[in-house]
Amino acid sequence: MNRFTMQRRIAIALLSALSVGGVLILLDGHNPFEAYKVLFLESFLNYWGFSNTLVKASPMLLAGLAVIIPMRAGVFNIGGEGQIYIGGLFGAVFALAIPDLPGLFGVPLIFIAAAAGGAFWAAIPAYLKAYRGTNEVIVTLLMNFIAIHIVSYAVAGPLLAEGAPYPYSEEVSEAYRLPILMPRSDTHVGFVFGLAMTVILYFWLRFTPSGFHLDLVGRNARAAAYAGVDQKKTVIRAMLIGGSLAGMAGAIEVIGLKYRLFHLFSDGYGYDGIVVAFLAALNPIVAPLTALFLAGLSAGAGTMQRAVGVDSSVIEVVEGLVVVLVAAALVTPRTRPISILKPLARNLRLRRQTQRQKKEA
Amino acid sequence: MIDLVLLGDVLAGTARLGTPIAFAALGGVIAERGGLYNIGLEGQILAGALGAAAGSFATGSAVIGLGCGIICGLISGLLLGYMSIRLRINQLVGGIALNLLLAGLTAFLSRQIFGAQAGGARVNGFSQINIPFLSDLPVVGPSLFSQDPLFYLLIGVAIAAWFWLMKSHKGLDLRAVGENPKAADLAGVPVFRMQYLAIAVSGAFAALAGVHLVLSQVYVFAEGMSAGKGFIALAAIILGRWSPIGAICAALFFGFCDAVQFKLQFTSPDIPYQLFLILPYLASLIALVVLGAKASAPASVGLPYDREHR
Repeated sequence: MNRFTMQRRIAIALLSALSVGGVLILLDGHNPFEAYKVLFLESFLNYWGFSNTLVKASPMLLAGLAVIIPMRAGVFNIGGEGQIYIGGLFGAVFALAIPDLPGLFGVPLIFIAAAAGGAFWAAIPAYLKAYRGTNEVIVTLLMNFIAIHIVSYAVAGPLLAEGAPYPYSEEVSEAYRLPILMPRSDTHVGFVFGLAMTVILYFWLRFTPSGFHLDLVGRNARAAAYAGVDQKKTVIRAMLIGGSLAGMAGAIEVIGLKYRLFHLFSDGYGYDGIVVAFLAALNPIVAPLTALFLAGLSAGAGTMQRAVGVDSSVIEVVEGLVVVLVAAALVTPRTRPISILKPLARNLRLRRQTQRQKKEA
Repeated sequence: MIDLVLLGDVLAGTARLGTPIAFAALGGVIAERGGLYNIGLEGQILAGALGAAAGSFATGSAVIGLGCGIICGLISGLLLGYMSIRLRINQLVGGIALNLLLAGLTAFLSRQIFGAQAGGARVNGFSQINIPFLSDLPVVGPSLFSQDPLFYLLIGVAIAAWFWLMKSHKGLDLRAVGENPKAADLAGVPVFRMQYLAIAVSGAFAALAGVHLVLSQVYVFAEGMSAGKGFIALAAIILGRWSPIGAICAALFFGFCDAVQFKLQFTSPDIPYQLFLILPYLASLIALVVLGAKASAPASVGLPYDREHR
């Protein structure tokens, strides 16, 4: 499938998902065009709305990259959510344990700690996949729940802030908080960081041998083995990179937005990453756009509900449909679907031909 | 000295909390034995829950609610089947997408049906059935012999599913499809028809889990009420080594962990209850690693069958 057909198919899939959402809005008794207009105006052209979009887009972008990189090597990382939690935990523990470094050293170290946490959480399924052939989807899925409960234990037990009414940790010191990007809002520089990561990963995949090995293993493992590429190492490397990206998304949530470690602090961003990755057709350079689009959908959904009265859960339906339809669009049909229309058309043509022949005779 | 009342409480909790997981796990076993991953269990539980709530809400009859729930499960199962069998989408992606889709769709539809009032609408559910004599036994009596009808349905369905899958000719056909679809096809087994059947039944079983949540536990539909039970069921399939009886035992073990966890939160706050929340996942993970998945997982699970492909 060449690039143009792929992009066209994804566009069609996206439009179909939005149309089905539109039909639901219509059934709800509202004007779909009006609803979508309000939604997108709010999330992209309103200062506060766009700041909200950017805040949601930062973890989504990193979580999307955390799916894309392993997927290029043929590994399906469903574990972004768990890696975000463990990354956030490691980052928060570091920030709370060593609270008085200057920010210039502290923040990068927190990011490194978070990346190490995420990579550690991804290393387990990676090792099992590479050396034991265990299905990575099931393992990462199970580990998501373990991670969520570990963080829940940490913030309710050892890290619990004094006098906290709800399980959360103490605040991280002011020096460690990410700079604000848009004045007077809580939009931090997380998305810019994600963009930098995107560019680095794009060039790595495209122009370096180790990046190229990922695609080689992902597309044809036997050919890769024949070419002397170490398959196991490549799979593990891809997962470690994915895990550290998701881990850093966790750090961004902790030191960029909430300044504390909360019970259930990631709102399903790891799963949103799957949608981001598929919508981007596994191309990292497109991921910022798809992350912004999805973040915009969910940031504007609330306003749409308040202003037009359409239930915001329509947006979740649209997101689910996007994955279904894009996944369907990316499958190359080996056998053509049976068409009812084609035989009919052929019949009609044949009949016309015979009539014409009769006339001429 | 073990407190007998506590033991009885935990046993009753095990049955109550394990039943939905067991239904979903049973559904998963049937799909996977036919060569199809059903990662969409989570969404199908929601579909069943919504169907049950809507059916019971509209007619006031729990039995009609049960029927509606099963129908929703069949439809959602067939939808996943269409994606996996006809479109040959990666089955894991298809299942995750179905979960997202059904989470949104059930939330949307529930607000349409029950209105926006908080807590939704209470619906009629099943009441407990006390089995004569047996329910008077100490400890096990109140916990195992005065459960709601769906618990007894689970036992019946489990035995039927085990017999069908392991002892009947059709069940053998289905298992053959899951192991080697090409060979099954050459032997004259209608591969695609068997797979559609398996995934539809799988969806219906997952839906029964949702029906149990609504009609036997909380009597109301809540958004996202499946709360990860579909994923726990996936773990139960692995721990149960892809056997119907094994999966149900695993599901009941998970229910037991959950029941202990609830008790601990109230009785001894200094023991971290999260330990018991982690235990089911950890046990499945260890089972997956130590026992190995390859030995007992169906050989062709997750691989779409294409007749024209060698």
